[in-house]
Amino acid sequence: MTSERSDNSVIALRDNAEVAEALGRRYEAGFVTDIETTSLPPGLSEDIVRQLSALKGEPEWMTEWRLKAYRHWLTMPAPDWAKLRLDPIDYQAISYYAAPKAGPKSLDEVDPKLLETYEKLGVPLHERAKLAGVAVDAVFDSVSVGTTFRKELAEAGVIFCSMSEAIREHGDLVRQYLGSVVPAGDNYFAALNSAVFSDGSFVFVPSGVRCPMELSTYFRINAINTGQFERTLIVCEDDAYVSYLEGCTAPMRDENQLHAAVVELVALERAQIKYSTVQNWYPGDENGVGGIYNFVTKRGDCRGDDSKISWTQVETGSAITWKYPSCVLRGDRSVGEFHSVALTHHRQQADTGTKMIHIGKGTKSKIVSKGISAGRSSNSYRGLVKVEKGADGARNYTQCDSLLIGKRCGAHTFPYMEVKNPSAIVEHEATTSKISDDQMFYCRSRGIGEEDAVSMIVDGFCKQVFRELPMEFAVEAKKLLEVSLEGAVG
Amino acid sequence: MLKIENLHARVEGKEILKGLSLTVNPGEVHAIMGPNGAGKSTLGNVLAGRDGYEVTAGSVSFDGVDLLALEPEERAAAGVFLAFQYPVEIPGVNNTYFLRAALNTQRKQRGEPELDSMQFLRLVREKLKVMRISDELLHRAVNEGFSGGEKKRNEIFQMAVLEPKLAILDETDSGLDIDALKQVAQGVNAQRSPQRAFLMITHYQRLLDYIEPDFVHVLADGRIVESGDKTLALKLEEQGYAWVAEHGEPAGAKA
Repeated sequence: MTSERSDNSVIALRDNAEVAEALGRRYEAGFVTDIETTSLPPGLSEDIVRQLSALKGEPEWMTEWRLKAYRHWLTMPAPDWAKLRLDPIDYQAISYYAAPKAGPKSLDEVDPKLLETYEKLGVPLHERAKLAGVAVDAVFDSVSVGTTFRKELAEAGVIFCSMSEAIREHGDLVRQYLGSVVPAGDNYFAALNSAVFSDGSFVFVPSGVRCPMELSTYFRINAINTGQFERTLIVCEDDAYVSYLEGCTAPMRDENQLHAAVVELVALERAQIKYSTVQNWYPGDENGVGGIYNFVTKRGDCRGDDSKISWTQVETGSAITWKYPSCVLRGDRSVGEFHSVALTHHRQQADTGTKMIHIGKGTKSKIVSKGISAGRSSNSYRGLVKVEKGADGARNYTQCDSLLIGKRCGAHTFPYMEVKNPSAIVEHEATTSKISDDQMFYCRSRGIGEEDAVSMIVDGFCKQVFRELPMEFAVEAKKLLEVSLEGAVG
Repeated sequence: MLKIENLHARVEGKEILKGLSLTVNPGEVHAIMGPNGAGKSTLGNVLAGRDGYEVTAGSVSFDGVDLLALEPEERAAAGVFLAFQYPVEIPGVNNTYFLRAALNTQRKQRGEPELDSMQFLRLVREKLKVMRISDELLHRAVNEGFSGGEKKRNEIFQMAVLEPKLAILDETDSGLDIDALKQVAQGVNAQRSPQRAFLMITHYQRLLDYIEPDFVHVLADGRIVESGDKTLALKLEEQGYAWVAEHGEPAGAKA
């Protein structure tokens, strides 16, 4: 692979021996990816895509798939329709295979403010180190946890591994489903992701299997290194069930500016997928400096009859969030659900919502969106409910509630509906409220301080969505809102 | 316990309290009566520390502490409780959870150990019996969808759990039918003790038939113009507040 080197795109490796070692280690280690010493220089070109693919030891078809996506991406204009204020992104300034920068060596070198947050969230000590990006030894509690996991899953026939590993080990499955829900050319960021995705998760649950545990990236140690272009694919065959938890519940400080992930879910006959996200990327500081641009394409395909896909998300991080987890309700009587809490503070911007595409007969969808704006932030719900001609008896219920904290934030709701079948019933309810002085005084007169009162009221506002989260996630989500709202009053 | 001296307070630039003085000792029940607009509710809100009520003169000491210097939550921890005239709904927040958070924050503030769920539940069960409130009320969100009577009873139930030294009941009788009124009164009476004082703000004598006060004060135009025992309330009932206007000389002015 080193023969591919050219003058203008040098793989920044120290020497060939290290390349071999790095690659070799990756194959051997499998689950834990050690890529500390490798990185590509900034910039994007066909060469870079090829090198990236080679670095990851991918088969030919994958390289071609990436190249096709890249060529398509070149023809696409950057979208600008969301209600976001955004400076143009210089794609040539990004390094597309950036192994983690040499992180802090120990917790002593980590920003104390960050550690304080972990403390409040109750993240265990060894997790804190990992989350803060401290270079950790491979011999780690979680590794053994991960291994136990894999054994139990393997016995059930469930495949749960990194996308890189899946491409190498389960190529046929990946090839069959990858891009079948979100095609490479679907949108600008999906195309970019398809060309340069670094890693992500792959889940395959075979026919009739109910995945014996909640799957979570939390347990996959190299998930913290997957960087800005994640690619996740979850497939549930007939009658299979899986609940997947994405993201770290603790705030990850990521130096990257752009996070453009793609998540694809496929549910076959009577299959059910429950996908929960708690996202808390770095939101930038009080003045809106820094922070992640979170541009994510998430889509589930209810391909089989009577299948069900349910998205639950709690979004508190990122400077800019732009995502619409969607369901394509193709199978008859299939069900799509979207439960969302999006919180913005300081100068954060969020434009999020969902798309429910009713194609099959008797399909149902339910949308519950809770937006909370504080500081000078802007929070938009944008949702599309589309009922195609053949979707007899389709039903949708949408509820959008916004809560404003303070006087300088904004909440917006953009519901779109396209109904082409007269038997469909589509309902939309929206409310906007403020935390009233009365509520605050009521809490305080009972002895509850201002910040606790706000988080209590916000928690109550979100209850409907938190109920959908797995127990331990719900607890952490609540804490996360508390941390995110610090300084929102007074 | 509570000593209010020459209290002046403004709301939206308008002077409402104009030199109110009042002393309340532990175990006493004081009724504050008066016509609409006399400043009854303002007094309750000033004592509890609501925003927008500006004290321009006078002082309030509570157990020797300058009450006006404390934040509302600090006043609560010090033992001041205000039963709201219009209890506030907090959607999605469980009633029990709310109350436990309130109690534990207060206890923490006072340097007392917090109650765990089991201890708290035991306390709640005990108080429920006295209040005759159904369990079901506990599992609902704070005041959400409660009837008027349920809201008022919930206030008294909160008081029972929080065990304040001074309870201010702001028009707790308003909007209640006679049965609900009796229940609320029963709850209040059950909580009378030699250590606890009550300040009952009310427009009507009716409540005093069920909660017998030790003192009755008539508040008019921001001052206490007449003080007496419970017979004063009966006199008011007979003769109306117009009598006060003719008869009363500001008590504050004498002091």
